[in-house]
Amino acid sequence: METVLALLVGVLVAAAVYLMLARNVLRFLFGLVLLGNAANLTIFIAGRLTPELPPLVPEGLAAPAGQVANALPQALVLTAIVIGFGLLAFTLVLVYRGYQTLGTLDSDAMRVAEPADTTDGTP
Amino acid sequence: MNESAAPEDRPADRGPGEAAARPAGAGWLPALLPAALAAAFAAALPTIAGGGTIRLAADWVPSLGISFSLLLDGLSLTFALLISGIGFFVTLYARTYLAGHAHLGRFTLYLLAFMVAMLGLVLADNLITLFVFWELTTLTSYFLIGFNHASAASRRSALQALLLTGAGGLALLAGMILLGGVAGSFELSEILARGDLIRDHDLYLPILVLVLLGAFTKSAQVPFHFWLPNAMAAPTPVSAYLHSATMVKAGIYLLARMHPALSGTDAWIWSLTLFGAVTALVASVIALRQTDLKLALAYTTVMALGTLTMFLGAEATVAVAAAMTFLVVHSLYKASLFLIVGILDHQAGSRDAERLGGLARAMPITAAAAAAAALSMAGFPPFLGFIGKELKYEGALAIASEPAVVATAAVLANALMVAVAGIVALRPFHGGRPRAPRTPREAPVTLWIGPVVLAGLGLLFGLAPALIADSLIQPAVTAILGRPETVKLALWHGINLPLALSLLTFALGLAVYVGHERLRRGLIRLEAGLPATADQVWDRLLDGLKALAAAQTRLLQSGLLRRYMFITFASVAVAVGVTLAATGAVRLPAAWPELLFKHWASVALIAAGAVMTALSKTRLAAICALGVVGVGVALLFVMFGAPDLAITQLLVETLVVVLVGVVMLRLPSLEQGARRRRGADIVLSVAVGAVVALTLLAVVGAPLDRAVTDYFETASVAQAFGRNIVNVILVDFRALDTFGEVAVVAVAAIGAYALIRGTRRKERP
Repeated sequence: METVLALLVGVLVAAAVYLMLARNVLRFLFGLVLLGNAANLTIFIAGRLTPELPPLVPEGLAAPAGQVANALPQALVLTAIVIGFGLLAFTLVLVYRGYQTLGTLDSDAMRVAEPADTTDGTP
Repeated sequence: MNESAAPEDRPADRGPGEAAARPAGAGWLPALLPAALAAAFAAALPTIAGGGTIRLAADWVPSLGISFSLLLDGLSLTFALLISGIGFFVTLYARTYLAGHAHLGRFTLYLLAFMVAMLGLVLADNLITLFVFWELTTLTSYFLIGFNHASAASRRSALQALLLTGAGGLALLAGMILLGGVAGSFELSEILARGDLIRDHDLYLPILVLVLLGAFTKSAQVPFHFWLPNAMAAPTPVSAYLHSATMVKAGIYLLARMHPALSGTDAWIWSLTLFGAVTALVASVIALRQTDLKLALAYTTVMALGTLTMFLGAEATVAVAAAMTFLVVHSLYKASLFLIVGILDHQAGSRDAERLGGLARAMPITAAAAAAAALSMAGFPPFLGFIGKELKYEGALAIASEPAVVATAAVLANALMVAVAGIVALRPFHGGRPRAPRTPREAPVTLWIGPVVLAGLGLLFGLAPALIADSLIQPAVTAILGRPETVKLALWHGINLPLALSLLTFALGLAVYVGHERLRRGLIRLEAGLPATADQVWDRLLDGLKALAAAQTRLLQSGLLRRYMFITFASVAVAVGVTLAATGAVRLPAAWPELLFKHWASVALIAAGAVMTALSKTRLAAICALGVVGVGVALLFVMFGAPDLAITQLLVETLVVVLVGVVMLRLPSLEQGARRRRGADIVLSVAVGAVVALTLLAVVGAPLDRAVTDYFETASVAQAFGRNIVNVILVDFRALDTFGEVAVVAVAAIGAYALIRGTRRKERP
């Protein structure tokens, strides 16, 4: 199963990169969400997969009986999901604010910080 | 003192100083420092002549084996005496030459700082100490060459010298670090004792090349010769001091100092002999072409440096003795000639050979000093120059491997020097009625004292060579060769081959002097026919460098987000991909795993959602597809034992879709702007995806270390009294991380709120 999910992460990353290379910043945002998902899955897979057995300690025992799912990557991913959400929310507002101010979603036209070189034609 | 001259009559290299004549009462004070140093060094003469050395050492960076150590032996004493002695006369001279200049104080500071740096360089007994002083001479000479900072030519020359010698300095540093590693010490006295170890080491050749790069750039060997004549933009006292007597000799000093450690190999002999010989010949030909006396002298300096390099390539005692004698000869006559050219400039208003003549009657003392210096330069007896020249010929013939090459180069270069000596020191003073832009007057004593004493020393040492033979030349040769040597200097060597070569030199030199005006016109025509001079090549090199930097900036810093993203992702793909391929970490799975339908279904759902997000043309479809991906990932979490993750993921995905949907009400549709080809984007995204997938396959193919997980599993109940291990990790073992996470979300929320509020305020007038 890890093999298949590794390939799936590849597909997610490819789609994310393709979106992040687009001119429209909203597409860039979608790419960011996909990349976050891909990253979470990567951490999850790296801890190996154990079907149907959550990391819980049964009542009366001091430790899980037998093999359960790896708890460590789960803790990391849980944090990552929330942080990813924070990032997305902020970026979304940034896109919105950028559109309010600049009147465009085209990143090629957002040249306030680095204006186009007027001496020669930029590609 | 000629304080009455109007500013426009002052020498061109003086710069736009205000002639606000200030009382110069304490003007001689700065000259006390070099005088005291010279006296101190002279006091060490008996010790050095007796074969002893003086060493001072203090810890500097003991953890790296770097100490601040100074060593006074024959070689460093010779240099130290020249530096402090000539420094004294130059400081005195500059005070009059630049009298009333607004920045005379600054100039004196630079000059003395340079002198101290140069003394440190020749006295250093530690590679790192030596390098620090080496760089200090580069820096201080930058200030001195660019002293007339209002002139563009000065600034260019200063920068050129700084870049070229600075680059050489970097090469030297690399060479020294290698050398220190090979020899196991940064102390010169220890390194020099391990010559055989260094010469047999694999790194010998890189060390040699790097050290020679440093020495050749500093000492203006072809093809790095062009910065030195350009450095003549500096005021004449600087030219006299830095570019004849001292700084340019730093490279020569380095070659001499490194002689015991690096010399004796074919690579050493041939590179020094060839570079030296070519430099000597090229420079003496170019010297003939000049009409500016200062430039002519500058090129003869390059010629002298070439000669010194050529002789330091040899192992024979007499060749090294010739180099050391010539070093002293050259410093004495070249410093005085430069100072004399400065006097001509200052008193007669020009330093152009074509505009000056017959000045001997008006300026008898200067003319006498010029004659003495020129005769020493041309190598006439009984001047020290004659002894130096005889020794050179003797040394050239004694060099075992290529006596013909060295002797021919030496004879030709010397013959041209005879001619240049005549042009520079005889023509302006003798022959015809006086010609000068200004009525010439004899210089004040502070100007002529330097040339007179220095040229006089050339005569004195020629008449009584024993004065320097035992106390300076012999200890210096001993230091360079690393073994006790005996050197005897004498005016008369008997009738032998060197004497015959001397006569040949005079004949050739006289012939060139007589025909030099015709020769000069020919050379100017020849130069016009050349595709480019070294100086122009330098300009093109700098222009090319700037164009390259501009093109690279345009390419990398385009200001386009997608271009930055492309470069970043491409770098990741290449770096990780190449690493994967190079380390052979790629592991392809042996067999496909047995999967249930639900697994395949969720994987297919996610993949389809991702592809659809990427390709969708409308916003709504994209958001839906995004939601599908999120829910699919949540399903995977459920199937593989992570219910907490699944719950969080579902909540977050729902929020994402809602938030994006709300914001999109206020945004335009996805379609805007012209369509563009995205072939390269597709290739890159597939490449990045493939690299990530391969990396992940390599990761899951390797064994897993569950030590941390095991700890959490056993400690969860025992220490934290919780049965949901994931939750225990988050709120107990890694509680601080979770707190940080909360803080991040809070900051994001505050930031988002601030952004929105800012918008509102702007909308309200």
